[in-house]
Amino acid sequence: MWLELHEVVRRFGTRAAVNGLSFQLERGAIGCLLGPSGCGKTTALRCIAGFEPIDDGVIRAQGVVLAKRGESIAPEKRHIGMVFQDLALFPHLNVHDNVAFGLAHVSRDERRRRVEELLTVVGLADRCFHYPHQLSGGEQQRVALARALAPKPDIVLLDEPFSSLDSELRERLGLEVRQVLKRFGATALLVTHDQREAFAVADVVGVMRDGRLEQWATPYELYHQPATRFVADFIGEGVFLPGDIVGPSAVQTELGVLHMNGGARWRPGQRVDLLLRPDDVIHDDASPLTAEVCARTFRGADFLYTLRLPSGTQLLSLVPSHHDHAIGERIGIRIEPDHVVAFERKSS
Amino acid sequence: MAVVAAELAPPRSSRAADLRSFLLLAVLCLPALVPLAVVLSAVLTPEVEVWSHLLQYVLPEVIANTIVLVVGVSLGAAVLGTLLAWVTSACEFPGRRFFEWALLLPLAMPAYVLAFIAIGYLDYAGPLQSWLREVFGSSRWVPPIRSTGGVIAVLTLSLYPYVYLLARAAFLSQGRRAQEAARSLGMSAARAWWRVVLPMARPWIVAGAALVAMETLADFGAVSVFNYDTLTTTMYRAWFGMFSVNAALELAAVLLVFVLIVFAFERRARAGLRFATTRDLSQQAPRIRLRGARATLATCFAAVVFGLGFFFPVLQLVLWVVERAAMDLDARYFEFVMHSVVLATSAALIISAASLLVAYLERHHGTLMVKLLVRIATSGYAIPGTVLAIGIVVPIIGVNNTLQSWLSAWLGPSAPALLLQGTLITVLLAYFARFLAVGFNPVESGLNRITAAIDEAAVSLGAAGFQLVRRVHVPLLRTSLMTAAILVFVDVMKEMPITLIARPFGWDTLAVRVFEMTSEGEWERAALPALAIVLVGLIPAALLTPRGEHVA
Repeated sequence: MWLELHEVVRRFGTRAAVNGLSFQLERGAIGCLLGPSGCGKTTALRCIAGFEPIDDGVIRAQGVVLAKRGESIAPEKRHIGMVFQDLALFPHLNVHDNVAFGLAHVSRDERRRRVEELLTVVGLADRCFHYPHQLSGGEQQRVALARALAPKPDIVLLDEPFSSLDSELRERLGLEVRQVLKRFGATALLVTHDQREAFAVADVVGVMRDGRLEQWATPYELYHQPATRFVADFIGEGVFLPGDIVGPSAVQTELGVLHMNGGARWRPGQRVDLLLRPDDVIHDDASPLTAEVCARTFRGADFLYTLRLPSGTQLLSLVPSHHDHAIGERIGIRIEPDHVVAFERKSS
Repeated sequence: MAVVAAELAPPRSSRAADLRSFLLLAVLCLPALVPLAVVLSAVLTPEVEVWSHLLQYVLPEVIANTIVLVVGVSLGAAVLGTLLAWVTSACEFPGRRFFEWALLLPLAMPAYVLAFIAIGYLDYAGPLQSWLREVFGSSRWVPPIRSTGGVIAVLTLSLYPYVYLLARAAFLSQGRRAQEAARSLGMSAARAWWRVVLPMARPWIVAGAALVAMETLADFGAVSVFNYDTLTTTMYRAWFGMFSVNAALELAAVLLVFVLIVFAFERRARAGLRFATTRDLSQQAPRIRLRGARATLATCFAAVVFGLGFFFPVLQLVLWVVERAAMDLDARYFEFVMHSVVLATSAALIISAASLLVAYLERHHGTLMVKLLVRIATSGYAIPGTVLAIGIVVPIIGVNNTLQSWLSAWLGPSAPALLLQGTLITVLLAYFARFLAVGFNPVESGLNRITAAIDEAAVSLGAAGFQLVRRVHVPLLRTSLMTAAILVFVDVMKEMPITLIARPFGWDTLAVRVFEMTSEGEWERAALPALAIVLVGLIPAALLTPRGEHVA
């Protein structure tokens, strides 16, 4: 495994910011730690970079131990590049010298060639002699990435790299960053609280909460097969529909009996909540099942309707935007879930 | 937030490294602490005759003089500095851009220079009164310059820039919102000024006035020119005239009590500096465009202060120099210059290096204890030079005598005579205590601008330890270090009491020369060394941009 964390713990005083974090990243893969602020994702990144010691567990890269309790390879010896949240470009150096900073040990020609190559890839070849303060936010971002990639690090870490940019720029740059990383075959780990950013950049995403991973999976799996209620809640939109297990994979709900794919762990009679994504609830005028529109958000290509069932339960439904219904109207719906995921109902 | 702070803090250092830095800092605190300890020990072992003499004949007048002077100068500087700051920051009038910068120039002129020019020019025998007598036959109606009012006026003109600087920063940072709110609540512009603008700037004005009070308490040169007896001049006389170490130290204790009171004032005012508001310059209130008589009045006001505080004094200096240069510009003069430059350069180098060291220790071992020690080490700026000098010379004489007696016991009569108190080390130690803060402040703020992420970026790119310092910190700190060195250099060039008391025998500097000439009333002959000091003093004023935006 290219990068491997095993039961990593990092405490600040009595609080464990990282609390038994384990995951593995393959060579050339782009991973992402996603979670709300304070979940420990940045601390985890800093442990991998070597700026924080770890109190327990082990971090390995290509089988070599980078850090374990009481032992730590110095950050400058880890061959790990980093893109910082505030970018941390050196204000006294121009773009060329910033990118060349980590290339002190290579020959001058090699250095110039490498910097030129990187700047061309990130589209800043003509900004060579500009200083950081003369660049736009997006340009600074790309310089920071080029600088981190210049010494050909084994792993590149990106700490909320887009947080200083406006949201429109973020997604575009996210894709650009992914392309650049892929082009250099870099193994990378990103940290963010923004799932769109995570999904745009990463191959595999870990959702973190209270210092540990809730789930480590592809974006598709996170969305459609969340392992925990927290992941279901944190990723995407959706509602929980109460129901009772009536068969090995059948759930009785007020919308009828729904079938789960693989429900071996449930016993009949158990009370569960089913996750229904807005795209699982289809608008169908022919359907006998109706619900009242109680809120709507126009999103351009579609409407997101909040619907109320007779019982009072609310559903979200994504509907093409030519279906314009007023609040208070009753519309027909059909449930067509690709994956029905159930969570044990919390007894309240 | 606490979590974020904890996560972003630099890696904790080891306990052994913490201890090393603690000890190192403790040593750097000694130059400031030893004088205080010496004064304290003198207070704890009072000599009855000395005290009764002081109490009966010296202290009543000297303390009254000191209080009158400090109160008068602080009030004068507060009023003058605030008015000038407001006029130049809130109004528009002919010459505003020039005066905004030029009104800082009196900082380049030590108070003792302004003092001897004022007396030389305005006294009975001076050019002005002589001319008046020629024209009108009498000059008796001219108020005497050698008076309490005279010395207060001179010190006010020389020290108001402290208030001006701080008050201007306050007015500029206020923005227009508060005034607009006041106006929207029905206040007239004038009332809004009294009720909102001025009160909001008050902490800055008080802090500036406290600095002025501190400088006034520490002033030695100007009051000696006026023969106005304050605690500093009396200490100096007790030291050199009466050769009474104990009397000098008891007076130092009294002076320190005054300093403490002002210091407490200053701290309290500083605590109020929190409600700084807008940083966004587009939020600044538009200037009030003065017209007609008001514009003329504003220009005249600024011009008069600039003229009295800088322009005419410098002109007079130049005239005297032209008159006397042929006679004074000799080998001895170049010796004074050389002595001054050697002292100022050594102090600048030592203090900038120490500032960098202290700033690094604070950055990497930022324990509470370390922060406290940094405060102590840099607190010498508040202690008057006379106190520091005597407080350092006395123990060095003690060490010297002890060593001498050991040496004599060991070698007998052939033992060489030691003269530790007469070396440059003594005077440099006192400068170190007094001016460490001057060098430390720019270096510290420069280092603070280098974020932890910058360090980490360099480390992750392979530049750790010495490489980090060489490739990132030194280039980024170059300006701060230059600033620190220049400020210390200039301050040492101007410094008078420490140099007088602690310098090696015969090591006369420009400031010492000015003192000697002025104590003999030879104003014209003091002009040449004084002009050199003023010219050096202009360097930092030139560094302040005309807009004064970079002023702390």
